[in-house]
Amino acid sequence: MKNMAENHVLSIKDLTVFRGAAKILDRVTLALGQGETLALVGESGAGKSTIATAIMRLLENARVTGSATLAGEGDLLTLSERKMVKLRGRRLSMIFQDAGTALNPSYTVGRQLGTSLQRIHELSKADARKQAIELFTSVGINDPEGRMSAFPHQLSGGMQQRVMVAIALAGSPDLLLADEPTSALDVTIQAQIVRLILQLTRERGASCVFVLHDLALASQACDRIVVLYAGQVVESGPARDVLERHRHPYTKQLKSCVLEIGAKDLVAPEGTVPSHDQMPNGCRFSTRCPRAVARCAGEAPPLVPARQTATGPLDHHIACWNPE
Amino acid sequence: MIAQTLSETKAPLSEQSIFELIEVEQVFEVPKPGRSLFSRETVGLRALDGVRLNIRKGTSLAVVGESGSGKSTLLRVLLGLDKPTGGRALYHSKPILEGRASGIDFARDVAMVYQDARGSLDPRMTIGALIAEPLRHFNIVPPQDEAARVSQLLDRVGLPADAADRYPSGLSGGQVRRVAIARALASEPSVLVADEAVSGLDVSTQAQLLILLQSLQRDMGLTLIFITHDLGVASFLCAEIAIMYLGRIVETGPTDAVLGAPSHPYSAALRAAAPQFFEPLSEPLSGEIPSPLNLPAGCRFSTRCPKMQDDCRLKDPQLGKLGPQRAVACLHPLEQQ
Amino acid sequence: MTVQITKGVAAVPIAATPSPSAKSRRSVFIRRPFFTASLLIAAAYVLAAIFAPYVAPFDPVKQDFNVMMKAPSVVHWLGTDSYGQDILSRVIYGARYALIIGIFSVMIGAVGGLIIGLAAGLSGGWAEWGLMRLIDAILALPSLILAVAFIAILGQGVDKVVIAVGLSMIGPFARTVRSDVMQVRVQLFIEAAQLMSISYLRVVLRHVLPNVIFPLAVQVTIRVSEAILVSSSLSFLGIGVTPPTPDWGLMIAEGRDFVSFAPWMSAMPGFALALLLIALSIVGDGVREEFDPKLRRDS
Repeated sequence: MKNMAENHVLSIKDLTVFRGAAKILDRVTLALGQGETLALVGESGAGKSTIATAIMRLLENARVTGSATLAGEGDLLTLSERKMVKLRGRRLSMIFQDAGTALNPSYTVGRQLGTSLQRIHELSKADARKQAIELFTSVGINDPEGRMSAFPHQLSGGMQQRVMVAIALAGSPDLLLADEPTSALDVTIQAQIVRLILQLTRERGASCVFVLHDLALASQACDRIVVLYAGQVVESGPARDVLERHRHPYTKQLKSCVLEIGAKDLVAPEGTVPSHDQMPNGCRFSTRCPRAVARCAGEAPPLVPARQTATGPLDHHIACWNPE
Repeated sequence: MIAQTLSETKAPLSEQSIFELIEVEQVFEVPKPGRSLFSRETVGLRALDGVRLNIRKGTSLAVVGESGSGKSTLLRVLLGLDKPTGGRALYHSKPILEGRASGIDFARDVAMVYQDARGSLDPRMTIGALIAEPLRHFNIVPPQDEAARVSQLLDRVGLPADAADRYPSGLSGGQVRRVAIARALASEPSVLVADEAVSGLDVSTQAQLLILLQSLQRDMGLTLIFITHDLGVASFLCAEIAIMYLGRIVETGPTDAVLGAPSHPYSAALRAAAPQFFEPLSEPLSGEIPSPLNLPAGCRFSTRCPKMQDDCRLKDPQLGKLGPQRAVACLHPLEQQ
Repeated sequence: MTVQITKGVAAVPIAATPSPSAKSRRSVFIRRPFFTASLLIAAAYVLAAIFAPYVAPFDPVKQDFNVMMKAPSVVHWLGTDSYGQDILSRVIYGARYALIIGIFSVMIGAVGGLIIGLAAGLSGGWAEWGLMRLIDAILALPSLILAVAFIAILGQGVDKVVIAVGLSMIGPFARTVRSDVMQVRVQLFIEAAQLMSISYLRVVLRHVLPNVIFPLAVQVTIRVSEAILVSSSLSFLGIGVTPPTPDWGLMIAEGRDFVSFAPWMSAMPGFALALLLIALSIVGDGVREEFDPKLRRDS
């Protein structure tokens, strides 16, 4: 990315993750401004969740290179584990896809939130309880005092995810990572939760990274979109640029698979993602790309501005030798 | 027409209809919440409550609803796995359970594709053996033609013939769904019931499967009953739609008409909640689906309905005709433009 | 794809990945050196047992009072015992008894356990309750104690030991079979078979049994060593096989009194027993890990 400006809350540069011999993330570069929401989209194996877990330093059995700089803290990838423990929950926190398993089944949700609050703000038990009730109210849990003593399994999936949101926001983090926060929920509940996350992060001036597989939802929820394929960033930029003025063939393919209500035409893409022992050295999409040229398989295209305007390059980047 | 008010007539059913559900109820006795340890008190859970549905031969019907809507219970009634506690569930004008009990013809004619395709395949059998099982069981082909038919079926669902020698554990998520479809098609059914057959897959795999299902339905004249939560999938694949809420079908009709201009406020909310490119996020419905143990008085949607009026708390609307092809269970259906 | 963080399985073209069976069969012996070594050791025991008369240098029950309690030497590789019998020959013949008792008693246990476990797992209700309480009662006693009890009823001798050890193993087999049946019974593929109107008996034979037999077969290979241990213990206690049968347990017991100045008398059969037990358990584990299609998830 061109301007690694100071106002970026998070800037990731050449993040590469190896698991064994497989390179599951390949030179991922992206940046996130203050108060921005960004969506990481792509199909399974794209590495969306790996990015989030790598930033949280929760990745196991993997070798990580590159950098992920959080404003004011330096490179998250090289901080000591002690420092990371301090940062998690306070400056950055994460919401998981399945709240049912992310919450501890043997403690009441009130106690789980209370403990986080006590830890983060060094509060007394009574004060933590008071704040927990406030937080539960703010995430739209009705009867928050009663729900304090509920165990996770006594709550519906939507309520569990609200509890997760409350715990994630307990330390007023600057950066919230939401890994498919709604894909286990019904559509009407999904809208509630996404709106809730957006509203609360906006109120707190926090930035938010969503990991999503639903492009349409990404366009509704996020300012910026990063499209990943097999561990590589193929296109990134403002949502509208990426989804409506996309130049990368994979973005086009991904978008064409989204079924809008009323759509009667659907073109199924050929083939599948290659396995890691057969991954091309260059552009990983080249094995399926309708626009692939000789250069694509051997040489990885760099992430470059997608178009130039009179005022200079736009913040819309693609990695493609033969863009649309 | 897939749904109609049948109470006024006992007229012969449309010859074309394959399945007919009339006021079907399914009440499960479940332990009463909060009962004492030794109490045997139970309470009725109304999983299905007055379901009216008529499925024509050759149609494609999407059954849409959120968790707790009764989709899965409805499915089990249609497949003859459960006996409804009330109402009548008919297959070619005969009770479904009678059909299932009287031989293998029902099982041959109505095939099923499970959401958990991997779980529905015996992990100790090869793909070839799995597909051959229904061929042999229903006597579809003579034994010497079995292998050829297996390859043919694999080819029909877009898998290479050498897949026959592999085990389900060696296939990807999209591939096992294809195997499940091939296995369902092996008995040459006229009805294919699919439970969330494309959910949980990547969009490109989903697109491949949807195109496959669409071509199968068209080419083989299958009657397709497709359970889904995804309105985009429903609108692509199915000509007709039935939207369920808390154990009742609240709206049915041609998919395009229903999704283009929903009459039931719940259909409208569902429609609005579906992600749409660059539309502002919909104003969500308030609250969550009530417990089927404790249905609200009057209309079951009244606790969340943005258009709720006074009489909605008093009267429970049944699914009734609305225009020639549609039906809705609402006292105050949304105006049609 | 090895990325397991995102949900769903990444699609891999079938043709692109090498067939898993070819991959595992080509290199299983290379990839698992311990398994290979153990298999060779177990095979050596089996061969020794079969060809004992040709392999053994002496008659195992021929007593020679000139060479009593001789330490291992060029003539008697493993030494001799208090009757002047050649220990190597007795150890080789002992493999016969160990394997015969181990295999046949486990067969009795496995077949009995399979029948009871299937009946319990499939019947449900009162029948299952009754069967399981019976099994629980049996399981409350260690198999050695049970075997002792059966020996008390049946009397001594190789055939009696086989039956006693076999009966004592029915409980644990029945327990594992039942829990496997319960697990399989609720699987979706069973419902799918019922949906096809496949008869109950066929569902049991084609879908329940194969999914139960395989873990049972693995159990068998592991429990052979337990049966050998129990039978040796019986002989050691003097209530199993009768002297002068060359049985390892018996030999260990006989050497007990001389352990301070003729330790080879107990050590040699003890070592033979330990090596076989270790080899069998490694083979059992290897078989399970390598050939269970449920554990084999390539891609």
